[in-house]
Amino acid sequence: MQEPILSLKNIVYSFKTYGGTVKAVRDVSFDVRPGEILGIVGESGCGKSVTAQCIMRLNPEPPGFFEGGEILYKGKDVLKMNKKELRDFRAKEIGFVFQDPMTSLNPTMRVGAQIEEVFLGHTDVSKQEVKEKTLEILKLVGISDAEKRYRQYPHELSGGMKQRVMIAIALVSRPSVIICDEPTTSLDVTIEAQILELLLELREKLGTSIIMITHDLGVIAKICDRVVVMYGGKIMERGTADEIYYETAHPYTRGLMDSIARLDTAKDQELKPIDGTPPDLFSPPAGCPFAARCENCMAICNELPPEEYRFSEEHSTACWLQHEMAPDTPFRRPLMKGKEKD
Amino acid sequence: MAKYIIKRVIAAILTLLVLVTIVFFLVRLMPGEPFTNPKLTPDVAANLRKYYGFDKPLIVQYFQYMGNLLRGDFGYSMHYTNKTVNYIIGQTFPFSADLGIRALCLAISFGLILGILAARKRGTKIDFFCVMVAIIGTSMPDFIIGACLQYFFGIKWGLFPVAKYQGFQYTVLPACALSFYTLAHVSRIMRASMLEVTSQDYIKTARSKGLSEVRITAKHQIRNAIMPVMTILGPTVAAVLTGTFVIEAIFAIPGMGKYYVESVSNNDYSMTLGMTVFYGIFLVFCNLIVDILYGIADPRVRIGKR
Repeated sequence: MQEPILSLKNIVYSFKTYGGTVKAVRDVSFDVRPGEILGIVGESGCGKSVTAQCIMRLNPEPPGFFEGGEILYKGKDVLKMNKKELRDFRAKEIGFVFQDPMTSLNPTMRVGAQIEEVFLGHTDVSKQEVKEKTLEILKLVGISDAEKRYRQYPHELSGGMKQRVMIAIALVSRPSVIICDEPTTSLDVTIEAQILELLLELREKLGTSIIMITHDLGVIAKICDRVVVMYGGKIMERGTADEIYYETAHPYTRGLMDSIARLDTAKDQELKPIDGTPPDLFSPPAGCPFAARCENCMAICNELPPEEYRFSEEHSTACWLQHEMAPDTPFRRPLMKGKEKD
Repeated sequence: MAKYIIKRVIAAILTLLVLVTIVFFLVRLMPGEPFTNPKLTPDVAANLRKYYGFDKPLIVQYFQYMGNLLRGDFGYSMHYTNKTVNYIIGQTFPFSADLGIRALCLAISFGLILGILAARKRGTKIDFFCVMVAIIGTSMPDFIIGACLQYFFGIKWGLFPVAKYQGFQYTVLPACALSFYTLAHVSRIMRASMLEVTSQDYIKTARSKGLSEVRITAKHQIRNAIMPVMTILGPTVAAVLTGTFVIEAIFAIPGMGKYYVESVSNNDYSMTLGMTVFYGIFLVFCNLIVDILYGIADPRVRIGKR
């Protein structure tokens, strides 16, 4: 296995509000390896965006704050960086693509200038080089007549074009990781397909790792190598994309899959939504966060957070149904020898 | 762009035409008439009325006035009977405008600075201070502010002269007093607008690029936040430059304000009309400038480029 380039270790992130403390991310750990596409999937409000923004410390602080954990990038803890180091880290090492390209670009600045800003902290490049790099990245993200677009304002570009510009901003300094927070949610399907295609292509050419946040398992299936399923600020299941799809071990993952339409869904077969709403994160449940909505809920699920059960090098889940004393369900998978628990 | 400006100018002329017409007939509806000085004998008064053309039908007077107006002639004042309105405006406007420009410079620069500071340091003592300034500025009448300034800076500490307008140090107190309301207003709007911009997605994008906070404020926030301030600036500039009755009265400044207000109580028809039209032209012009500035600040409202 390759050394991870970025790893989150036991991240606990909360927001202080007038109503109390919202525990948005509760003990989340995962690794990102060089050149891979890691998907983070879950419903709205399950903590995936907050987790993603934690990595670059983009959440507004205050009210947000880290209660614990560390984020190691190439061995250096992001949480211990000073202002200058953090700015350098954001500018050179990591990029972020936001959900809504319509509002993510400054309406009063030309596209070219917005991309070139990334180089402000770099002292080793000349103006001419910066412009060359900008035009080059515009071409790389599939924008034709880059020279013309370079001088245009965001409102002169289409939605898909704007998202390409956002990707260009994230990629222009050739970071080793980019985080895409639902990059295709506000685009129509044909553009979505183009953007996903582009991300795959860029990964191929530049070897950039991509963290892909989405609520759409279809997107995951198309491009992700590994998947982390989040719910209620915790990780429910993780594994390679194949393992998640074909050897689903958590009822929540199954629920997500049953609630989307697929080509092989029969005509008269109804989609099965997951009943209920995500838990209240002001006072998260003591046991499994999904217990209240789970059809297979057992007594222990409400009382103790489940242990993590491991099925393969990559695949593991946090669900009591895998316990040896649990009743037999379709979720039961053979555990990996010698490493049942982490 | 040229087409747009021509359109706007035509609209402005129509606006002014309506303004003049309405005010022309409205002043006639006021009780009383210009020549009521008890020293005037009935004969003299009648002569004066004839001299000013009041014996003709109102509609004839109207067209006569409009004709003169087209030649830029506001006519003779009916109170200061030996002076034309043009002469009085020419004598007083420079003082009002001079004071107004000083006040505006103060108000806009400090208003913006306070607004930006307050938004950047939201919830701190600096923010509290700026909000206090805004509340005091918008709620305290200018004659109280003027009087306070005179008392403390003029009389108690003797730093600046209390009245008259004869040099730089004479301008300080009245300019401050006049600027206070606009300053408060600008800072309040700028603060609100800055806070709104702060929560926009593109600010997060800027942060993700590794930019410093100073750069983000300077390059991304201010330009997007300044629109609402520009909107109020059109009418404000016109109002401040054409003189204010109260401030000019308490600082004994020979500006336009006094003549405008007095003309109404004197039933000085030509003066009221002349000053209103002058003010109207100014206002329309200022609004036109603001509209053009809009296009410069925000490319989305740039007109007629294609």
